[in-house]
Amino acid sequence: MTAKTPTKTKEKRIGLFVCHCGVNIASVVDVEKVADVLKDYPGVSISTDYVYMCSDPGQQMIIDTIKEKHLDGIIVAACSPTLHEKTFQEAARLAGLNPYQIEIANIREQDSWVHTDKDKATKKAIKIVKSHVAKALQNEDLAPIKVDVNRRALVIGGGVSGLQAALDIADHGYEVILVEKNPSIGGKMIQLSETFPTLDCSQCILTPKMVEVSRHPRIKLLTYHEVDSISGFVGNFKVKIRKRPRFVDETLCNLCGECEKVCPQIVPDEFNMGLSFRKAIYMPFPQAIPGTYTLDEEHCLGLSPVRCGKCKDVCDKKAIDYDMKETITEEEVGAVVVATGYDLYTMQALGEYGGEKYEDVVNGLEFERILSASGPTGGEVRRPSDGQVPKSIVFVQCSGSRDTEHHLPYCSKICCMYTAKHAMLYRHRVPDGQATVFYIDVRTGGKSFDEFYQRAVEEDKVLYIRGKVSKIFKEGDKLIVWGVDTLTGKKLEIETDMVVLAMAMVKADGVQDLLKKLKVATDIHGFVAEAHPKLRPVESLNAGFFLAGCAHGPKDIPETVAQASAAAAKVGDLFAQKELVHEPTVVPVNDELCSGCGICISMCPYGARSLDQDRGLAVVNEILCEGCGACAAACPSGAAQQRNQTDGQIFSMLRAMLRE
Amino acid sequence: MFEPQIMCFLCKWCTSSAADAAGTARLHHAPNNINMRVMCSSRVDPQHILFAFKEGADGVFLGGCHPGDCHYVEGNYKTLRRITLFKPMLETLGIDPRRLRLEWISAAEGKKYAQTMNEFAEQIRALGPLQLNEKALVQEVVKDE
Repeated sequence: MTAKTPTKTKEKRIGLFVCHCGVNIASVVDVEKVADVLKDYPGVSISTDYVYMCSDPGQQMIIDTIKEKHLDGIIVAACSPTLHEKTFQEAARLAGLNPYQIEIANIREQDSWVHTDKDKATKKAIKIVKSHVAKALQNEDLAPIKVDVNRRALVIGGGVSGLQAALDIADHGYEVILVEKNPSIGGKMIQLSETFPTLDCSQCILTPKMVEVSRHPRIKLLTYHEVDSISGFVGNFKVKIRKRPRFVDETLCNLCGECEKVCPQIVPDEFNMGLSFRKAIYMPFPQAIPGTYTLDEEHCLGLSPVRCGKCKDVCDKKAIDYDMKETITEEEVGAVVVATGYDLYTMQALGEYGGEKYEDVVNGLEFERILSASGPTGGEVRRPSDGQVPKSIVFVQCSGSRDTEHHLPYCSKICCMYTAKHAMLYRHRVPDGQATVFYIDVRTGGKSFDEFYQRAVEEDKVLYIRGKVSKIFKEGDKLIVWGVDTLTGKKLEIETDMVVLAMAMVKADGVQDLLKKLKVATDIHGFVAEAHPKLRPVESLNAGFFLAGCAHGPKDIPETVAQASAAAAKVGDLFAQKELVHEPTVVPVNDELCSGCGICISMCPYGARSLDQDRGLAVVNEILCEGCGACAAACPSGAAQQRNQTDGQIFSMLRAMLRE
Repeated sequence: MFEPQIMCFLCKWCTSSAADAAGTARLHHAPNNINMRVMCSSRVDPQHILFAFKEGADGVFLGGCHPGDCHYVEGNYKTLRRITLFKPMLETLGIDPRRLRLEWISAAEGKKYAQTMNEFAEQIRALGPLQLNEKALVQEVVKDE
């Protein structure tokens, strides 16, 4: 690639306005000299100076001069463009000049304010101004890119984050399609017993929200559905949604439960984390929404009356249909909220703790079910192996978390609090039981969190030991926990009836395939990446995608709900716009120069560029391009040129700055 | 005394803002630099750098966001990779790679910006003017329009 300058509009007329900024510029830079030297510079039709360009008379002078001298572009040599670029663009617009023909030469912050030598500062100002003239000569008239917005949202995931986001968006007045892959909405939260730090019952606070979602006139609830594919871009997505066959007509099922009674197939119950059993035709839990039975194809003896057919025989409502097929429907939406949740680190990964080998070593969610009034033991703490009430439980925090060497480097954030809750609830139910917690640190950053932890220690006498557990094994009907107390330096061997592992939170199982389809970027752990860690925490980098809940990383319920509401508000922001308006200073493709090598596509973090297979050329979706210019710098043939910052303009600016 | 010309490409979001912040705080520094504001440090093509040397720059400076802080997520990493690969090439062209400097300067680091400008000006002054033969070599690579 060679330094090429596009053909200049020969008769382009540029006006230069040098600001004194009172004495801020004029005391160091000889502003009259700058205006004077530039008078004869190629392309400059008029060059003048004024005491305050940003003042009303200053702006009026610019407007009048543009009209009078028929200017095609102007340079305002003044303060930083961050301050008054918009002011002067507006003035230019009033004079009938395209706002993208305005250049701001920063001779205050980056010149008069940082130098004292008048001569040098003036020379520098002249160079700066010249470079902007060189650029202005090649500026094009640009207009903002505009596209329509489809004001319907897709929310993926029916846990608390998805439910909250769907409700908020629907309450803003927009239609929502809520897709959940499981037979019921409710997510992980519906499995929890009581929630920290207030100990209110999880089902009691979540079920009203679930009902509200199911009854909301603007929410279309699609359970047992999955997103199959997505195409389009912000404001204009087309989504294919796959309906898994339930084999039960949910509009006919009246929950009589006769089918369940006759079903001969017994399967571990997912809702109870495998601690109890369900039938192949089942309702996940009594408050499930939608209230319908679902026939689990995988475990059914065979969807044929010849093989079994017992459930179909007893169904008075004729709700069971073995011939249901998978169907795909298409929906059009303008925004997508990704609320796909999390899963727990697998027990297999922590072999030394025996989670896979010993029934009485359970993870946090299993213990939630044991504590839950709707759980397999009706809320009594009984250990899975023999149903006995454990007289002592060891809780192991950071099981898999904060272990850079062997497991996951990050903190799962909620385990300190739920372990305190587990230990507390255990002590309430088994008052003579011993609760021992192994911890690395106790992290209780959150409203009323530390008070809760202190209560566990002081009122409920939970024993906290600072140290890691090295091994858990069985001796007789007891479990032996080997650990170390790092505060005393002593090795410990604790005999206990049961162990609860606070397993790390990880990305939801199988979510990577979905995220790949959505083209939503993830971090190294597979959690959805936010557009900016501080300033854009609920948006994905890919425009039109928003994130909520643990799909983004470990977080507790209040934080999840807050993030879901924030994501919904951002969707509202998007939908409130009449049309989407985007900066036009993007990087288009020059078809004549493009060789279709695809380098620019790999450079783009926004997925704005793709290869047109038929033509063998790169194409850009301008609404997605953020105009960073990384592709322009990488394009080996010069086909990717940033509007109003082309290579030609950069070369011309460099020459103007450096040559003389 | 030799006064070098230093061409600076500054990221709009961080280092250019740092330069503004240095101005607001009146942090006086050597006037050898001349700045061009770009959307991202990754907008800078090695061609631009060679062209700057050819047109008379004695030193070229690139300012970007700190790792992890890029407004465009990873533009600064792209820049880092490019510059790392480009420096040995400069050397083969007969240009001392010390004449090219990449720094991460955030919008809050006006002081670091002013100090860096002074330091770099001093360093280039010590290296002396870019020699003609160096220019000749660059001329081979970047053809005139």
